Amino acid sequence: MQDKQHIILLFLSMFILIAFVGFFQSWNLALTIFNLCIISSIMSLGINIQWGNAGIVNFGVMGFAALGGLANIIVSMPPTAKAWDAGAIYILFGIVIFISSIIFSILVWLKSGLSKKKKYIINFLLIILGYFLMRYIIDSPIKAIEAIEPAKTGYLGGLDLPVIISWPIGGLLAAFIAYFIGKISLGLRSDYLAIATLGISEIIIYILKNEDWLSRGVKNVNGLPRPVPYEIDLQSEPWVLELTKFFNIPVSEISSIIVKLSYSCIFLVILIGILLLLEIAQKSPWGRMMRAIRDNEVSANAMGKDIKTRHLQVFVIGSAIIGIAGAMLTTLDGQFTPVTYQPLRFTFLIWIMVIIGGSGNNFGSIIGGFLIWFFWVQSEPLGLWFISQITTHISDANIIKSHLLENAAHIRLIFMGMILLITLRFAPKGLIPEVKR
Amino acid sequence: MEFLNSFILITNYIIFPGLTYGSQLALGALGITIVYTVLRFSNFAHGEFMSFGTMSTIILTWVFLDSNIKFGTFPTAIIVLPLSIIFTIIYCLLVDKFVFKFYRQQKSKSVIALIVSIGVMFFTGGLIRFIIGPGDKNFMDGERFILKAKDFKMLTGFDEGLTIKSTQGVTIILTIILVVLLFWFLNKTKTGKSMRAYSDNQELALLSGINPERIVVITWIITGTLACVAGTLYGLDKSYKPFTYLHLVLPIFAAAIVGGVGNPIGAIIGGFVISFSELLITFAYKKFFFYILTDNFLPNGLLQILSTDYKIAVSFIILVLVLLIKPTGIYKGKIIE
Repeated sequence: MQDKQHIILLFLSMFILIAFVGFFQSWNLALTIFNLCIISSIMSLGINIQWGNAGIVNFGVMGFAALGGLANIIVSMPPTAKAWDAGAIYILFGIVIFISSIIFSILVWLKSGLSKKKKYIINFLLIILGYFLMRYIIDSPIKAIEAIEPAKTGYLGGLDLPVIISWPIGGLLAAFIAYFIGKISLGLRSDYLAIATLGISEIIIYILKNEDWLSRGVKNVNGLPRPVPYEIDLQSEPWVLELTKFFNIPVSEISSIIVKLSYSCIFLVILIGILLLLEIAQKSPWGRMMRAIRDNEVSANAMGKDIKTRHLQVFVIGSAIIGIAGAMLTTLDGQFTPVTYQPLRFTFLIWIMVIIGGSGNNFGSIIGGFLIWFFWVQSEPLGLWFISQITTHISDANIIKSHLLENAAHIRLIFMGMILLITLRFAPKGLIPEVKR
Repeated sequence: MEFLNSFILITNYIIFPGLTYGSQLALGALGITIVYTVLRFSNFAHGEFMSFGTMSTIILTWVFLDSNIKFGTFPTAIIVLPLSIIFTIIYCLLVDKFVFKFYRQQKSKSVIALIVSIGVMFFTGGLIRFIIGPGDKNFMDGERFILKAKDFKMLTGFDEGLTIKSTQGVTIILTIILVVLLFWFLNKTKTGKSMRAYSDNQELALLSGINPERIVVITWIITGTLACVAGTLYGLDKSYKPFTYLHLVLPIFAAAIVGGVGNPIGAIIGGFVISFSELLITFAYKKFFFYILTDNFLPNGLLQILSTDYKIAVSFIILVLVLLIKPTGIYKGKIIE
């Protein structure tokens, strides 16, 4: 019972914090923070099921989130008709050839009875051959596609479906890629796995940044469709105008609040849905098995549990959740910008959320997501306030003061590091510790 | 003649840059490897330690230039290096005292120490940006080139020019000196031997009367030195931006793992493997073949295996491949549970 009160208290104080922002800064900002808090919590739920329940270190959050974003483009953008005439089929064909050369070389590796040296040579030649064949096939159609109105399109485009479909598709895409990543790298020890997943997620970002035919690269995809109405359309609705009179705030503000509120509602539904599913999974025999594997792999193996498959399963599920959150984030932003995917913001910050909230506890991950995102956004003004407070006695002309004020925004990194270090030192179980079952 | 021209081209665009970047990576990887073997965790904060060292060098360079202390055409950054090394070592020791020591005494799992090092990474990164700002800093002064392309062409009469930047020369020479010193220390001195003994078997080392706290201090002294030198050299050669050092940590891990974590020779080899494969895979071979082949055989296109945009991604690809095929690396590395 104590635990429940504790959780409710934490959530209440979180909402009060956000309400404070609403009262003192603006409701628009409060809702922006709230929406991103929800997305962060979903991402940390994804990491929590991997790390908290199964002990898998996944530093590839950034990559899976970006894949979710890519799903937005593939699903919701209108197709570039000329691109398909220019030979998009050849690109797909080339990629299939390269992938089949990889599959073939894996088969040679596993099935043929050749000596190891011969296998290395054959595999090397196979993959090189596949790669150059692919390049030969895809290079000219890529050039042709990227030349089609490069300022506007210059990429394949998507399927022109409602954008909300891209969220589950983003999850599926992330799950699909996670299956292969997990298949090849889950055998590694924990810190190698961390480095490998971090490296793979960087590779994914590099591909999204540079393959213009797929994602327009650094030119970004703007104007992604929305699942909610646009502000401009709302502003002419009579009921919105009435609300404006009622609250006595400008119509532009109330319309954007309505848009953000509708996002919040959709996101909340998804968050609660995922939370319920995860809670059921955690309480089920499956969850017990995962924890048994985490706590003692050897004895779980002796009990006949298939550790490799279970790890792969949980890796795929967690990554799919991150993919969904990544897709939601891109929809909320309304644009896909590959350069914004930074490991600091997308991988390590999410990890801080999980650790602070309490690894192994879903409610903990959610509160961690809320709290850390809140402070990540708010520590910029807080840092500025802090610096200006301690430098009040120094004259404004002082170089040191202006330098400090200029760089005050970077205090948030120090702040995040401190929070993580203090938590790990004094409360390693986090705000809401794992429930002992 | 034509053949020599293509050889000079390769020397100019691949061998010298490769040696330089490889040395920088090797020094970084050595730091990571030493922390890994002795203190038994993967130190994600190493990139920020390098950044910290570079920042100290930059600030000291400014101080020196402000008080008009100059050393002819020699880069000031190299002169102030010993001082900034001391600052970096002090920072590393402070971090160890307040952060890592606790987990070492608790005998925490290496994953926990890894997550702790991410906290240190955040903290240090923020501190650096707070002190020096996030912008680009160029702190190279003095003579820029040892050998200029024009002079080389005049001297030898080749069509292809060869340039050696002074940063390249300084990097390679400093790396050789440091590596020789390090190996002499590890293999010949008593302290070095006791350090190796401690990394091989902690309990046994304790029984033989080796003081673990002393080993830890020496480890951080070596790590701080390597991090500061590697960071400064990288900053001199490219330019200093706090942001790039966060990304540098992955190629460095790649170098350490490719060579075999826990093996100093492996770390050096790994650094060069990474740097040369980055350059070889993203080099446009068109001009190279231009010298060798006749016009009829010259193919169209730049003859690049991967576009230059993927330069850093190459190191990640190699990292992932090595982890999958041979996780222990080229030289069999250590595996710590």
